[in-house]
Amino acid sequence: MVEKGTWVIKEGFADMFKNGVIMDVTTPEQAKIAEEAGAVAVMALERVPADIRKAGGVARMANVGLIRRIMEEVSIPVMAKVRIGHIAEAKILESLGVDFIDESEVLTPADDKFHINKYEFKVPFVCGARDLGEALRRIAEGAAMIRTKGEAGTGNIVEAVKHMRAVMDAIRKATSMVDEELVTFAKELNAPVELLRIVKERKRLPVVNFAAGGVATPADAALMMLLGADGVFVGSGIFKSSDPAKMANAIVQSVLHYDDPDELVKISEDIGQPMEGQEIETLTEKLQERGW
Amino acid sequence: MKIGVLGMQGDIEEHLAMLGKMGIGTFRVKSVKTLDMADGLIIPGGESTTMLRLLKLTGLFEELKKKIQKGFPVYGTCAGMILLSKKIVSHSDQDSLNVLDISVARNGYGRQVESFEAELSIASIGEKPFKAIFIRAPLIVRVGKGVETLATYEGVPVMVRSGNILASSFHPELSNDSRIHELFLRMVKNAPRG
Repeated sequence: MVEKGTWVIKEGFADMFKNGVIMDVTTPEQAKIAEEAGAVAVMALERVPADIRKAGGVARMANVGLIRRIMEEVSIPVMAKVRIGHIAEAKILESLGVDFIDESEVLTPADDKFHINKYEFKVPFVCGARDLGEALRRIAEGAAMIRTKGEAGTGNIVEAVKHMRAVMDAIRKATSMVDEELVTFAKELNAPVELLRIVKERKRLPVVNFAAGGVATPADAALMMLLGADGVFVGSGIFKSSDPAKMANAIVQSVLHYDDPDELVKISEDIGQPMEGQEIETLTEKLQERGW
Repeated sequence: MKIGVLGMQGDIEEHLAMLGKMGIGTFRVKSVKTLDMADGLIIPGGESTTMLRLLKLTGLFEELKKKIQKGFPVYGTCAGMILLSKKIVSHSDQDSLNVLDISVARNGYGRQVESFEAELSIASIGEKPFKAIFIRAPLIVRVGKGVETLATYEGVPVMVRSGNILASSFHPELSNDSRIHELFLRMVKNAPRG
């Protein structure tokens, strides 16, 4: 018997991204640069998060024609974002043949109470999380991959670090708990105890866990790998830098050599200027607060 | 016996975990030095374009190719099979190690929504069917002389062997069935030491 869209197929696909870099792109030309630099996938967007932030207004799923052109341009997987809770945008992307959907806080939420029931889809989903509870709630809805929310479009790594540390800290706690403590911990986390049991058993999230939201340099990417990320999303950090091809190339290599400082020295040399960063306190809106 | 898993990119940990459960000593190979410590090497799934680029940047590309040509046992899954193949017909400008005489089409079974699980009968690992997981899998479009087909799906080869080289379009590391890894370990055990 042949089966498609099963949990193994979805989660297994996310495993293939491990130890890799997924890059935001807004044109087929940028997608080609990302592929040539060694990206494992691209995220097709109309604007990178830094520009979404600047533009304000309502941010929606990207233009279908643009996503299609990007899919035609590169041989690596293509992801695209939908608004939180926007079932129809997700159905459109699935029908288009997008490889992975990001139900993302970077876009304006379409539903103020519920995320998409991702089990209804054959295409796998990735969702953002700030702590273990949020990660497990998304997995309970069918997300096959988790990423930290960080604070997209700022070029400031501090929020991604905070979120990754929160997830890892809670995993360490769960791992050392006896079974009767898990039920209370699940209540505290507001997450299903069944998933928390899997976390305890495997000593990690039950799905692939990437870092995202503020990665701007090879050192930022290496930092997130050192903190236990399975891989890294880079949003504005590539195409808002002074030399995108060099920056993309350097970040791909830094994810491979994250634990080798001598290699990181070589990688970090002569790569131009990273994107301009923003202090979190100065933001009028924190995207990470979207989603529930 | 120590088995390395090529550590450029991809589902390295899944192969390490499968071998670990079988009681085999393993490590991730990121450099020529670590490659030389391995008795055999698994090239995991992931993105072949990413792995190829990093293989070249680390200098592993030429070293690995030379070793395989001298009889070093290697097993490539999915992207790993693409890297071993002679020709990538869908992307003719993409380089490969060119050590296994097959031609492949990347993503030949379609994009992710077409990815599938299917039961295969593989005589060389026993009678029980093997649950094979195909993810944006490469399609084998030609098998050269001297390359043995070990399994087919809908009449198309999906697992092949040529001397010291084993390759599959699918991902045994994502299942709980270790029989294909055991087959590779037997290849490593029986390989002449160079």
